[in-house]
Amino acid sequence: MNAPVFVAGTGIISAIGNSVAECLAALENERAGMGQMQNLKSAHSQRLPVAEVKLNNEELAQLTGLPKIKSRTALLSLVAAKEALANAGIENIKDLRTGFISATSVGGMDKTENFFTEFLKDNSKGKLRDVVDHECGSVTELVADALGIKDYITTISTACSSSANAIFLGARLIKNDIVDVVVAGGTDSLTRFTLNGFNTLMIVDEQFCQPFDENRRGLNLGEGAGYVVLVSEKTAATLKNKPNIVLSGYCNANDAYHQTASSPDGIGSYLAMSGALKKAGLQPSDIDYINLHGTGTQNNDIAEGTAIKRLFEPHYPKMSSTKTYTGHTLGACGGIEAAFSILALQHGEIFPNLRLQTPMVELPFVPERKLEKNVEVKHVLSNSFGFGGNCSSLIFSKVEN
Amino acid sequence: MYIRATGNISPQKTFGHQPLVDAVAYTGNRLACIEPDYKEFIDPKLIRRMSRIIRMGVAAAMECLQEADIKVPDAIVTGTAYGCLEDTNSFLSKMVEFNEELLTPTAFIQSTHNTIGAQIGLMLQCNNYNNAFVHRGFSFESALLDGILLLKENDASNVLVGAIDEITNTSHTIINRLGLYKQGEVSNLDVYKTKTKGTIAGEGAAFFLLAAEPSATNYAKLDGLHTFYKPDNIAEVEKQIVSFLNRHSVSMNDIDLIFTGKNGDAVSDKIYDDLAETVFENKETVNYKHLCGEYPTAASFAMWLAAISIKTGQLPAIFDSASNKKINKVLIYNHYLSIHHSLTLLSAC
Repeated sequence: MNAPVFVAGTGIISAIGNSVAECLAALENERAGMGQMQNLKSAHSQRLPVAEVKLNNEELAQLTGLPKIKSRTALLSLVAAKEALANAGIENIKDLRTGFISATSVGGMDKTENFFTEFLKDNSKGKLRDVVDHECGSVTELVADALGIKDYITTISTACSSSANAIFLGARLIKNDIVDVVVAGGTDSLTRFTLNGFNTLMIVDEQFCQPFDENRRGLNLGEGAGYVVLVSEKTAATLKNKPNIVLSGYCNANDAYHQTASSPDGIGSYLAMSGALKKAGLQPSDIDYINLHGTGTQNNDIAEGTAIKRLFEPHYPKMSSTKTYTGHTLGACGGIEAAFSILALQHGEIFPNLRLQTPMVELPFVPERKLEKNVEVKHVLSNSFGFGGNCSSLIFSKVEN
Repeated sequence: MYIRATGNISPQKTFGHQPLVDAVAYTGNRLACIEPDYKEFIDPKLIRRMSRIIRMGVAAAMECLQEADIKVPDAIVTGTAYGCLEDTNSFLSKMVEFNEELLTPTAFIQSTHNTIGAQIGLMLQCNNYNNAFVHRGFSFESALLDGILLLKENDASNVLVGAIDEITNTSHTIINRLGLYKQGEVSNLDVYKTKTKGTIAGEGAAFFLLAAEPSATNYAKLDGLHTFYKPDNIAEVEKQIVSFLNRHSVSMNDIDLIFTGKNGDAVSDKIYDDLAETVFENKETVNYKHLCGEYPTAASFAMWLAAISIKTGQLPAIFDSASNKKINKVLIYNHYLSIHHSLTLLSAC
């Protein structure tokens, strides 16, 4: 049960690119993805910037082969999951037990919103095709069916930590010999439901977000999907390009403080990070880079920062929040940021925390402000913390082949 | 691993660990949970803020933990297909009605699918593992598998696993329009006789405390769980059942009782009828959805029935069983919309 689980491929679609390569170029060139709403139709379109994927549903449908009337959440998911599988280059996938573990917080809500406009006027109205994929699991099945995966399928929804939990469940399914290969990660499309929900909580920034800045004002919502393909050691050995990155540590803990706010000392974050280190058999000083949850809200950044201080003081790894590029993609962020963490390992790069002007006075460390190249990156910690106190951390490590 | 304790709120009198004697009859295609007096289990100040599904889930979880005499479990894992529909509906309706203005956050906050697990964690001040599965007819089974794996991996010695789904007026209206429910006169007690299209809507909150270690108070041993997705045909279903039993070194002769998920829908039930002539031939099979109705996490109700039947060695009186043979080994086979199929194997401790 302690056999390593390898990362064989990654796939991303986000506001900064429709593929891993496009996202990497944007990360290196400090190109953020926020802007005025193009696809989402909302009353707040003039006031709230969002980080939208730059393709409309028709274009996504063409890219994936799914009908354009399907939920954007499924369309985004299929783009990234397909890329991850192609990237993994597993030739005999039909002979392997394959799983698809996807995470989402909105599911088919983008379509349900349309349905409700008519349905509320008259309960016999509203197109049923707009509500039939409302359930989170339906979105997963649309994608699993398109990929031809059926050996193990499930969906996780633990708010903003959803896809981190999906990735580590995937690893556990491999360790327990239930599957040989798993595509794991998450997807979320922008919806009025979530935009308005976060807006009522008054944590949406009207400017581009500034995580870990003393004057941070809140988060920008984003959308996208990110998946990793995890394989067993046995499967890894059969691949032409033998993977050299493993998911070495993971932990899920709960803050148990408030439904939407983090505890001041970030106990859940601390337990998730320290638990992941323990699982990986690593010391805090072994971590070279932390991909922060770093949403840009007052509450998250101080809680996460305080937990990092407690765990890492006095030797702080390099850190950044790539939500400064992608916005907060909710159920997808753990998947997208896992793929970014893997890019950091593969390319020896630390992506900057954009727009950081005034470091937080309460914290003794400052996230990276400039791209760093040719850095020795062996172990990366990726944090995903969410509503309901759900806190999960993953550690990806480079191994010798 | 073992089922040490249970808590179950359903359309029957299942809450409070009383013997299950008389079936509650319903007319119409909607069975609603019989809700307990929550004050014993939840702080009244909290009850007011919670929507119905959260109350049901939290109360069933608390009853389960009380029976297990465990204050803080090592993990909390929930499964729900639909999530917190009432809160979702409330926020969505106001958002549409008021054109995205004048909204308050409470319903949004409580609409997330992990709310019930989170509320349980919050009430118990439980910092441990907390996960939520939302995969249609696999939601409960996914949560159960997560719990089983946590015990196997020695990352937990006990896990609180539960499934919660509710029917709201809105969801009932929409699912009715999708054609999943029976139309016209229907009684839950006669649901298997109808031979027509559609089923009856159900809901429930069932929690289980899974424990790694034996205990005198355990209900049953949980021997195995397997799910399979969209089988090509009945032959594949049969093959899955046979190989599941083989993997657990159990022959059909060893099984004393099979809980099957018939729901009165002529199309759905054909699978069970076919199996009755092949792999389930001459076996005592018991249906349960006349008691709880059909919903994506209904297999949790079956696991509760299996657990109490094994604990007492007999089917509860509600079933009018003629057999006096002691029940040692139980198989549960359930499918949801012919898409999500699950097999669960339990035995006496």
